[in-house]
Order: sequence, then structure tokens, then C-alpha cells
Amino acid sequence: MTAYLLRRLLHAIPILIGVNLITFALFFVVNTPDDMARLHLGEKHVTADAIAGWKRAHGYDRPLLYAPEAGGLARFTETLFFQKSARLMVLDFGRADDGRDIGRDIRQRMGPSLAIAIPSLVLGLLTNITLALGIVFVRGSRLEHTAVFLAVLGMSISTLFYIIGAQYLLGKLLNLTPVSGWLDGWAGIKFLVLPLLVGVVSGIGSGVRWYRLLFLEEAGKDYVRTARAKGLAEGRVLGQHMLRNAAIPILTGVVAVIPLLFMGGLLTESFFAIPGLGSYTIDAIRSQDFSIVRAMVFLGAAMYLLGLLLTDVSYTLADPRVRLQ
Amino acid sequence: MISLPVQPVLLHTDALLWLIVAVTTVFLWRARRTPRLVMAFQQLARRPIAVASLVLLLPYVSVALLDSVHFQRSLTDAGGTYHAPVESLLDRLLLPLSERTEKTYSAPLALFSYSKETRAGDDRRLQRTFPRLRHGGAHLSHAQARGADIRQRALPAAGLGLGTGALLAGLVCWRLARREGIGLADAARRLLAGKTPTAWRSALLTATAFFVLAAVIASLATVYHVLGTDKVGQDVLYLSLKSIRTGVVIGSGSLLIALPLAIVLGTAAGYFGGRVDDLVQYLYSTLNAIPGVLLIAAAVLTLDVYMDQNVAAFANVQQRADLRLTALCLILGATGWIGLCRLLRGEALKLRELEYVQSARALGLKQVRIISRHLWPNLTHLVLLTAVIDFSGLVLAEAVLSYVGVGVDPGTISWGSMINTARLELAREPAVWWSLAAAFVFMLGLVLPANLLADALRDALDPRQRSEH
Repeated sequence: MTAYLLRRLLHAIPILIGVNLITFALFFVVNTPDDMARLHLGEKHVTADAIAGWKRAHGYDRPLLYAPEAGGLARFTETLFFQKSARLMVLDFGRADDGRDIGRDIRQRMGPSLAIAIPSLVLGLLTNITLALGIVFVRGSRLEHTAVFLAVLGMSISTLFYIIGAQYLLGKLLNLTPVSGWLDGWAGIKFLVLPLLVGVVSGIGSGVRWYRLLFLEEAGKDYVRTARAKGLAEGRVLGQHMLRNAAIPILTGVVAVIPLLFMGGLLTESFFAIPGLGSYTIDAIRSQDFSIVRAMVFLGAAMYLLGLLLTDVSYTLADPRVRLQ
Repeated sequence: MISLPVQPVLLHTDALLWLIVAVTTVFLWRARRTPRLVMAFQQLARRPIAVASLVLLLPYVSVALLDSVHFQRSLTDAGGTYHAPVESLLDRLLLPLSERTEKTYSAPLALFSYSKETRAGDDRRLQRTFPRLRHGGAHLSHAQARGADIRQRALPAAGLGLGTGALLAGLVCWRLARREGIGLADAARRLLAGKTPTAWRSALLTATAFFVLAAVIASLATVYHVLGTDKVGQDVLYLSLKSIRTGVVIGSGSLLIALPLAIVLGTAAGYFGGRVDDLVQYLYSTLNAIPGVLLIAAAVLTLDVYMDQNVAAFANVQQRADLRLTALCLILGATGWIGLCRLLRGEALKLRELEYVQSARALGLKQVRIISRHLWPNLTHLVLLTAVIDFSGLVLAEAVLSYVGVGVDPGTISWGSMINTARLELAREPAVWWSLAAAFVFMLGLVLPANLLADALRDALDPRQRSEH
């Protein structure tokens, strides 16, 4: 197992390097640091001096990949690639264009993101699995057709409408919850209700459809038939035998997203003014702060790879027959 | 050289869209020779929901195509000099709509503006009143006449819609009767009972409902703002209709980029294995590791900077907006091929070991020929299925991306930009809800049928996942 984990971690390195190269190419080769400087300085203040000054101040005055005049190892380290991209590999995120420490921002904003993401994952999972089991229970009936249609309807509505609708209906018209905002600590719970509700409800459509297909495939298997033939009630067949056997595919979906959770929901966070990583990223995109976007791209990729690894590990825990080697 | 009164203009996205029409036509033509696909299509034709969805998608496709024939009009009668603005056929069809702008918001079918204005009353004293609209219901001499006027216009239109539906039903009956060799009355009875091999009843009902709705809206739209106007007084119905093209272009254009990538790389990886497989797997693992929205955002940001630096390269605003839309398709396509590629790689791995492929290889057939003759035909259903399933997801993605600010050009009319501006209008007192509602209904009208069709197609093509009916 240890050897397997080590090998998987080694596999992740070329992928992370690839991710770095892609973002590097996107941000530095297609557009030079000169273009970036011009963009940030604005039309009026563009002079050769101003550009050089901006580049120096933000550390973009180095060559791209190779610095011949530096000599020694510095020929490779005194480059934009090493300074701006390679250091991400050791989670050194550097500074944003406005001079703030990106690493500290990320640590600070993780909390709010997790406070929304974890409960909505758990609640969403419970809701979707329960509903999907219910639909499988009544399969073949009119009720099933209606439920499946409703699920398709639910997934055909843009998340934007769920958010706007909930804010307008529950927040503004009925005045049940605050429309948006954030408070640290227990006092902030009232701000969590609406984003959680939206997170769960907007996911029902696609979630229920996915679990329903999963359960249907499981329900056709021999052991389910055997259990039914033994005279077990349908509810117990579905709830106990089948659910346990469907654990692995469910795990695949769930474990893989856990590390991504703390990236938060881009939309949810920005609509509900939650100071998490999602809104951080959107703000960075809007203000064209490439350093932050680059850091978030790298972080997202690293978390995704971690998620894949965790999925494999979770298999061994869920099913003793699975051996990793 | 002969100078024409109009000069055709081919935007990038026009070319993309018409290419898709061509590819789809060729595909459907060839699919008639693939028994598996023919069976799937026959099964689709039997399902009322699938048929109704298809009927609903047709107007969307037509509007998108009408909006993709662009031209510039001549300034003089003799031709030669052309107007700068590029227009489409749809623009010409909707002509009064696009030009009849009000000052600001007005509710659906309203006669008065939504915000008060200070003006001199009859007694020359200044008062704050809701002014009459410039175009909406301007033909009415007094406001009380609105109800009767709407009824007078809507009822004949509804009748016309019903009539068209009935005419269509008659044609279908006649064809049915001739084909089956039965009487017209028998054919009508069968049609009404829904006992025809193709789900004609559901198709005709959906079509008639659409005709009625379209006729009523069209008759009212000539003198009213049926869906109200937005902040700068533009007709919301016009905006909603123009958004259709953007949604369809994003949905299908991205697929046109993604599918060939996935097909070539996926089958190559699965069939050749070894180095090729390693390379393709590395490529998609790397791309897949980057969160999709961020990769798209990064690419669009880069494009933004590029376009800012090269302003001179674009002749006009429309070309710039069009390039942005094309680029968005490219980017969504470049990130959207991974899922299908994986699927095809797995299938190709399986197919490679089948006996007939093995024997083709033993006979010394060229690799390219084996792939195109023996592999691809057996993978078509997966490609088709993925295309239909992904389409609606891409349409939804456009709205989200435009909200984040990395979607279409701000000058491009799209549901995403409509929602984005409409969001703040809900906070007004009283709320302005119609732009949002229009975007919601028009978007749902495209995405829901597409999803329902995808569902039906999955049942027809993938017997493994068929539910127990």
C-alpha cells in the first residue's frame, strides 16, 4: 500500500508540471509581461518607463525560461518560470498584484468555503440518495415517470436562477433569511441557510438522475433477486443490501470532490457574499489578477489529484476485496 | 463588377453553424446504413416525449439559422457603398422590434413607462406622472381600450394557429391513410388514439400549441412590447430571440471542436496503445486536473489582453464580438473532449481484441482503414449520445461564464448577459421581473427538450441503462 501511494504521488508530479506549463504558456507566452503591465497601468499612463517600473515592482522583469547572464544555477532560477510558476509546486503562492500574500489569503478564506461546502455535500448526498431510492422503489409506475421528468426539469434550470429565485423569494419577499452576507462564528449561521438550501436543491436534478441509474443497474443483479426471493421486504432489499453494494460507485463520486470542496462554489460564494475561495477567484478573474488565478489553478489541480488518490484508498476501506498494489 | 443592394457577410460563427448543419446532414444520411442507429431513431419516433422535444427544438434551430445569414445593406440604390452595421435575416424579420426602443423599463404589454417623469400637465403645472410609451400601444387613443384591443388581436391569431395545426393534422392523416391503405376517418381515429408507429399525436399537439403561441405573440408584438422593455428601452422579446443564436452556437460549436479531438485521440490511444496511449492519457489527465471554469477563465483573460493589444485587427464591434464567441467555442471545446475521449479509449481497447478486427489486422489492412471501417462505426452511438447530453450543459455553462465575466462579449446578446443585468433589477422597488422571466423561459425551452431528448436517446442506444418499463 505504501509503495502504491508513493508511486501514485510520483505520477502526480509530471501532471502538476504539465498544469504549470499550460498556465505558464497561457499567461506569459501568449501575452508578454509588457501586455500585462499595459493592462494594469491603463491607457493613459503607458510609457516605457512606467512599464519597466511595473514589471520591476511585480517581479516580471526576468527572462521567461533561461537567464544566460545570471550564471550557475541562477540561470534557471532567475527566470519567470521558476519564480512565478515552479514555486507553486511547494505551495509558495507569492504575492498578488496588489501586494497581498496569496498564501495567507487562501488560509483565511478556506474556513468560510468549507462551512458552506461540507454541509451542502452531506445534505445533498442524503437528499439525492433518499429520493433516488424512493424512485427505484416505485419503478414502473406513473410516479416514477413524473419523478424522472421533474429531475430532468430540475437539471435544465441554470444555477443562476436557483440562486436569484431563492434570494428573491425567501430573502426579499418572505424575509425569512438574510439575502447575503457573512459573520464569523455561530452568529453567522443565519447566513448559511440560504446558500445551503440553494446548494442542495439545485443539485437534486442531476444527482437523483445519476443515483437512480446507479441503483437501477444494481437492482437488476442476482443478489438482489435472491434477497427478494427469500421474501425480504422491498424496502429492506433496497435500503440494506443494494445500498451497501452501491457504496463503491457512490464513494467514487464523493471522495473525489472532497478536496475540491474548499475551492468553494464560485457562483454561490459570489452571489451570497461569502468571503471564501470561490469569491476570491471570481474577484481575481474580474480584476485580472493573474497571480491569484495561477495560484488557484495550481491548487485546484493538486486537490483534484489528491481526490483521485483518496478515491483509490477509500476503495480498500469500503471493499476488502480491493487490493492496491 | 456588379454591385448588389446587399453584400453577404460570413462571420466566423456563421461558418461554424453552417458547417454543423452540413456535418449533421451527412451524419444522418450515413446513419441510415447503420442498423443500430436506425433502430434507435425508430424507437425515438415512437416516444411521445422525444417527438415533442424534437418539435420544440425545431423553432430554436430555425431562429439560430435565420440569425446566421448576415449581410450589409447598400447605402445607395445603385449599390457599391455598404452600411457598416451587419444585419441578419432575423433582424430584418423582427425589424420593428429592434428599432422601437423606449426610454427605459416598461412592463409586458404596458402602455405607460415604468418610471415617473416630470412634465407639464394640462394646467401647465409640473407633475410627476408615468408617461405613455412611444411605441407600446401607441395606436390606442385611451388606455381603457387596451384589454379589448389585445383580445381583438389575440383571438384571430390563436384561431390562425389552431387552423395551421389542424391543416398539418389533416396532411398527416392523409399520408397515413395512403400509406396504410385505410380510410381518412380510420386514420384520424388512429391518430387521435395515439396508435400510430410514429408518435404523431404528440408531435401535432406540440406543434399546434407552438403555432397558437407564436401567432398570438407575433400579432401583439407589432404594436406592444409583449415581454416589456429593459433598462435602455430595448424590447425584451427581441433580446430573448437574439439570445437563441448565442446559446445554440455555444452548445453546438463547442461540440464541433470537441468531438473530432475526442474521436481521434480516444481511438488512437485505445487502438495503438503503448506510447500513444501514454501521451494521450497524460494530456487528458493534465487538462482534467485543472478546474474547468478556471482553465476557461484563464484562456478568456488571455484572449482579452490579446484583443486589447490588437484593436486594429478588427474592422468593427461585431467582428470583435464574433471572434470572442468563436474563441469561447474553441476553449469550451478544448476542455470538453476529455470525458468522451476516455470513453472511446476504453471501447477501442475492447474492440481491438475482437476477432474481426484481429483478422483485419492479420490480413494486413492499413491501420487507418481498420480504424475508419471497423472501429468508428461501432463507436458512433457513443459519440452521438455524448453530443446530445453535452449540448444542454454547454448552453447552461454560457450563462454562468457570462455572469463571471469570462463569457461572451458584453455587446453580444445572450441569456447570460440578460440574467446578469436582470439580477439587479429584482432589487428595484417594485421589482422588474420580466427580463429574468423571459431569459428563464427561453433558456428552459431549449435546455429541457434537449435533456429530455438525451434521456430518450440514452434509453434507445444504451440498453444496459434502460429502466424497467
